[in-house]
Amino acid sequence: MQEVREMVCIVCPVGCHMKVTSNEGQVTKVEGNSCKRGIGYAEAECTHPTRTLTTTMRIKNGEVPMISVKTDEPVPKSLLMACMEAINKAKIQAPIHVGDKIIENILDTGSNIVATRNCERKA
Amino acid sequence: MEQRELVIIGGGPAGLAAAVEAYDQGIRDILIIERDSELGGILQQCIHNGFGLHIFGEELTGPEYAWRFIEEVKERGIDYKLNTMVLDISEKREVLAVNEEDGLLEIEAKALVLAMGCRERTRGALNIPGMRPAGIYTAGAAQRFVNMEGYLPGKKVVILGSGDIGLIMARRMTLEGAKVEMVCELLPYSGGLTRNIVQCLEDFDIPLKLEHTVTQIHGKDRLEGITIAQVDAHRKPIKSTECFVECDTLLLSVGLIPENELSREAGINMDHITSGPVVNESMETSIEGVFACGNVVHVHDLVDFVTDESRVAGRCAASYLRGKHSSEQEDPIVTKAGEGIRYVIPHHIRHQLLQKENKLFFRVLDIYSDVKLVVRCDDQILYSKKKRKLAPGEMESIPITDQMIVNMEGYSEVTVEIQQSGLGVRECKK
Ligand SMILES: Cc1cc2nc3c(=O)[nH]c(=O)nc-3n(C[C@H](O)[C@H](O)[C@H](O)COP(=O)(O)OP(=O)(O)OC[C@H]3O[C@@H](n4cnc5c(N)ncnc54)[C@H](O)[C@@H]3O)c2cc1C
Ligand code: SF4
Repeated sequence: MQEVREMVCIVCPVGCHMKVTSNEGQVTKVEGNSCKRGIGYAEAECTHPTRTLTTTMRIKNGEVPMISVKTDEPVPKSLLMACMEAINKAKIQAPIHVGDKIIENILDTGSNIVATRNCERKA
Repeated sequence: MEQRELVIIGGGPAGLAAAVEAYDQGIRDILIIERDSELGGILQQCIHNGFGLHIFGEELTGPEYAWRFIEEVKERGIDYKLNTMVLDISEKREVLAVNEEDGLLEIEAKALVLAMGCRERTRGALNIPGMRPAGIYTAGAAQRFVNMEGYLPGKKVVILGSGDIGLIMARRMTLEGAKVEMVCELLPYSGGLTRNIVQCLEDFDIPLKLEHTVTQIHGKDRLEGITIAQVDAHRKPIKSTECFVECDTLLLSVGLIPENELSREAGINMDHITSGPVVNESMETSIEGVFACGNVVHVHDLVDFVTDESRVAGRCAASYLRGKHSSEQEDPIVTKAGEGIRYVIPHHIRHQLLQKENKLFFRVLDIYSDVKLVVRCDDQILYSKKKRKLAPGEMESIPITDQMIVNMEGYSEVTVEIQQSGLGVRECKK
């Protein structure tokens, strides 16, 4: 069965409006995307939607009370809340630097939680 | 009075990119003045991703994007002063600033870059009737509370206004365990990026109520609820549609205003539509040697474009300082917002001075689908492209190509406009 879906590519803020044609769940045609990431997004969205999660963590002994973190690979959309719970339970200490792995392979998704800002130890 | 070659006001992405570019063009005596306790501007609290795809070819969060530019500034040893607030600038480029260490600072700059960003419209600007209980914040203030201070402002939330910050905060508060009841938008369309409607509202089943507004605030000490109502075509609330929504927090995301008190007082010519200074292709304002870039000129939804624009400002400030730049070089071409276009930046173009990053930036007035976007000088078409969808919430840009520059020669005006498809090229009224 051929199916046509209108969707917005959310990979970047350009937000291309795409027309996605699929057959038996297989994407056969993508129109309206401005770059090839749009095609990958359309395929994923039709089969297994994923999202990058960004949030914050409380940090001990830091110059600031909170640091920002993200999943280094998108995780299944259905696991967002479960990931939040796992992240909120974890305890961390300064110093932390951009790119540091804080939780490895969160919930067996293959994605790591990494820091997105620096936080030195409180002077 | 202290003398400096180049002073940059604001250490957000705009100020940082301008500083780095000016340095790379050979200017060494640069000072960035920032009122916050760290560099990076609004990006430090925008922990979500979606920044940098165009500049870095990868998707970064706000703090990561800021960090890259902060590193570049530090590597070059560019001077900056934190916790320092600029109070006044003069048409002679004298800067008056204050901080705890130095007290009052007076600096005379040979060139200035204004990069003060923008701030949020507040409840006062909206005039919602009712009490003044706790629990009403701008969305950006709530973003700062949650992301930087680690404090959740409430549990049951309504968001008024569907600008990007509001949408982002709907998701953020949901992830942190609050219940976001709805987002109300006065207009028939959202002011935010479509991607944010998808990943911040639809992903979490948060309703977006278009053509709705808040008509009453309830609660004495703490917010207890609000009355919402549908609005008619004149945006007036329809009494019979009023209903009560219980909530302890109301976030306002009703737009940003470029922060231009300094520019106005210096006597810089302003555009009343963008609320920012009038600028030319070099991002120079009406005062010679004073440049401006980023959200202080017009509100951007993409930081990548802020970076592009700011590099132009930094480079042109550098060539101004080296005397390679003269504002009386030639008569500028005036850009004009035609049919369906709200504004066009830059306002003037001197085509010999165009830089490789120069683009025409503009916003449309309404939602359009299947139309043609046209740039023309009189009836000469310089650019024409079919567009599936155009929305006021998404800034558009068209690169100014070498061919376009050649074709512009001899004209005094260039118009950006929307043409309904199928109608063909409209006759030019002489
Ligand atoms: C909530 C939100 C979400 C966003 N999401 C995205 C996104 O997903 N993707 C994307 O690409 N872009 C996004 N943007 C846009 C991007 O962040 C902005 O366009 C960019 O930060 C603007 O940079 P700027 O340097 O002009 O302003 P700012 O970042 O606001 O920096 C201005 C700086 O000037 C300082 N300043 C102001 N006045 C003075 C003074 N008198 N003296 C000294 N210092 C002063 C301020 O403290 C501030 O640090 C978002 C913006 C917001 C607000
Ligand atoms: S298709 Fe490419 S340009 Fe368009 S939104 Fe997706 S990633 Fe951005």
